[in-house]
Amino acid sequence: MRWLLLKDLQIMRRSPLLTVLLIAYPIVIAVLIGFALSRGPDKPRVAFLNEVPPDSPLSVGGEDFDLAGARSELCERIECVPVSSEEEARQKVESGDVLGALILPADLIDKLQTLAGLDPESPTVKILVNEEDPIKAGLVDDRISALLAAANLRISQEVSDVSTSYLNILLNGGDFSFLGDDGFNVLGLRKSEQILRGVRRQLPPDSPDLDALDSVIRFSHLASENLGVAGQLLSSVSQPIKVDKEVVSGDTPSLDTFAIAVAATITLMFVTVLLVAGSLALEREENAFARLTRSLVSKSALLCEKILLGVVVSLVVTLLMLAGLGLFVDLDWGRFGLWIPAILAGGAGFAAFGAAIGGAAKEVRAASLLAFMISLPVAFLSLIPSGTVAPGLYDAIGVVTALFPFDPALRALTGALDAGGPAIGIAIVHLVILVVAYGALARLAVRRFA
Amino acid sequence: MTASPPAPEAPAAAIEARGLTKRFGDRVALADVGFAAAPGELLAVIGPNGAGKTTLLSLLAGIREPDAGEIHLPRGEVGFVPQQAALYRRLTVAENLRLFARLERVDDVEGTVERMLGQTGLGERRDDQAGTLSGGNQQRINIAIGLLSSPAVLLLDEPSTGLDPRQRGRLWEFVLALAGRGTTVIFTTHDISEAERYAERVLVLADGQGLFDGTIGELHAAAPAGGAESSDFESAFVRFLAERGH
Repeated sequence: MRWLLLKDLQIMRRSPLLTVLLIAYPIVIAVLIGFALSRGPDKPRVAFLNEVPPDSPLSVGGEDFDLAGARSELCERIECVPVSSEEEARQKVESGDVLGALILPADLIDKLQTLAGLDPESPTVKILVNEEDPIKAGLVDDRISALLAAANLRISQEVSDVSTSYLNILLNGGDFSFLGDDGFNVLGLRKSEQILRGVRRQLPPDSPDLDALDSVIRFSHLASENLGVAGQLLSSVSQPIKVDKEVVSGDTPSLDTFAIAVAATITLMFVTVLLVAGSLALEREENAFARLTRSLVSKSALLCEKILLGVVVSLVVTLLMLAGLGLFVDLDWGRFGLWIPAILAGGAGFAAFGAAIGGAAKEVRAASLLAFMISLPVAFLSLIPSGTVAPGLYDAIGVVTALFPFDPALRALTGALDAGGPAIGIAIVHLVILVVAYGALARLAVRRFA
Repeated sequence: MTASPPAPEAPAAAIEARGLTKRFGDRVALADVGFAAAPGELLAVIGPNGAGKTTLLSLLAGIREPDAGEIHLPRGEVGFVPQQAALYRRLTVAENLRLFARLERVDDVEGTVERMLGQTGLGERRDDQAGTLSGGNQQRINIAIGLLSSPAVLLLDEPSTGLDPRQRGRLWEFVLALAGRGTTVIFTTHDISEAERYAERVLVLADGQGLFDGTIGELHAAAPAGGAESSDFESAFVRFLAERGH
């Protein structure tokens, strides 16, 4: 047993490429996926700009509101990244460094003060988000909703305490101060009832006991006014803070379109990579490579033929797939002219990648295995939105995914299918660079074929 | 590889190689090897494993470039037939021939395919997938593909390896007919008796060096004398190598 084990280790040591692919690559991918799944930022990173003048006291219904406590509570739920200007916040959101930016306006306190008054006005906080794809857009909306709900809950508790005190006065009576006046005594509904019952029992009709009746009239008047205020109060309690959301980057395509783009790109990837890698490896497996390249065709011409094969097949398969999906989902056929270059560029990227794999593998089965082993994890990593994992990890994932055609092909297809998608030109340029790079790698790899 | 018109006084060689040298890193696979072969001649390249036989054929075929030396092909191109059948097993016999005929840019593709089917005797199996044929028949298609361009010189790398005696007999019958029509055939083999039986001349290589170039009888004569029980050609060949330290 140990000798067999030693033999296998010796073979692996003498096949460095195989060893790297079999051991190092899965480890790198597994680490990236593992961290992406388990080590996302514990708290979402949110740029925080506080434009409220310092030392602004906040009192709701005579109760002091703990602003510092609210801020620290907020920063326990999110990772507050302090910024000094809206421009800086916008830059951090655009770059994907933070999931979004929260901007507290200068008039926040003034408007919060009004919530317990007779003319409440909800303050509006500004939120900047980067919705570069629908998955991220949904994620950002969820996070914002959660934060907003927490903030609103805290404020509504304060307001509701004030409302409760008003209702207590109305019910039981007591001193009431309004708009800074000296205040007056409110009889309260219960005492009014007692008085009314007493008057009814004791006084004959046409009694001149006007004082008690005046008290009842004053209370009735005040009660009607307070009930009018209660409606506005209840409204402000339901959502004290309003949100003005601005999408800084990414005019998000619909989730349907994005799902179609993902499905089409995955199909494009597997069909093209497997076909080209297998087809090139087959030339070697059939011993035809040397015969072909001896004088009939050059190695570069053979590689170009394989890439062309992949592009043609990928174009046909992807168009058929989109036509089939078009029966169930509303596709923008007016953008058909953009579909073609996106599919061609994506197909060429995957085909060149497949040629490099086919050149490195000695047989069709090995080529197919390699294609699966490399493509699938990269596709998974490419779908991780920025801001959902730690910035350093996201940068590492970005470097890895930029080296493979899936990410630019997905961007090209999304941009081609929906006007709200990313810019198709940049994605196509990215794919062209990858075609050249993988073409060169494939050309180096097939030198070993002879 | 260079092609030059034959000098008027030069022998009518179909192929001539001079000073061929090939290195793989520090290892010298072929050192200053030269020979010439006439039209219709059958030349066997023999030698122990690692002698440089396949390297020599790959240089003659143009698959590899020599580090030194030159090859003259006054009468046209060479056809190369690798050791293992180099064809597409999922294509039929006719489809394989048609594909390579087109790649060779022959003038009359269909006529050439029919001619090759006739020469190989596989006309009845023209529509069978190549992968369903026996090893011997696959090797005949393999050789036929090498002949599509009507080369003046045909290079065969161990053509009978893996074939049973009957298949081997039919293969050599086919090759001898080619030589009879004027095609120069250069083949490598480990089977010394095969070289003795079919080759008109042998080129002996060992450790990349050309040790002998002549007829079977001349090689017999060049070998040290052995006992009566070891008078066959294979024994003489072994003694020849041993005397030269191989």
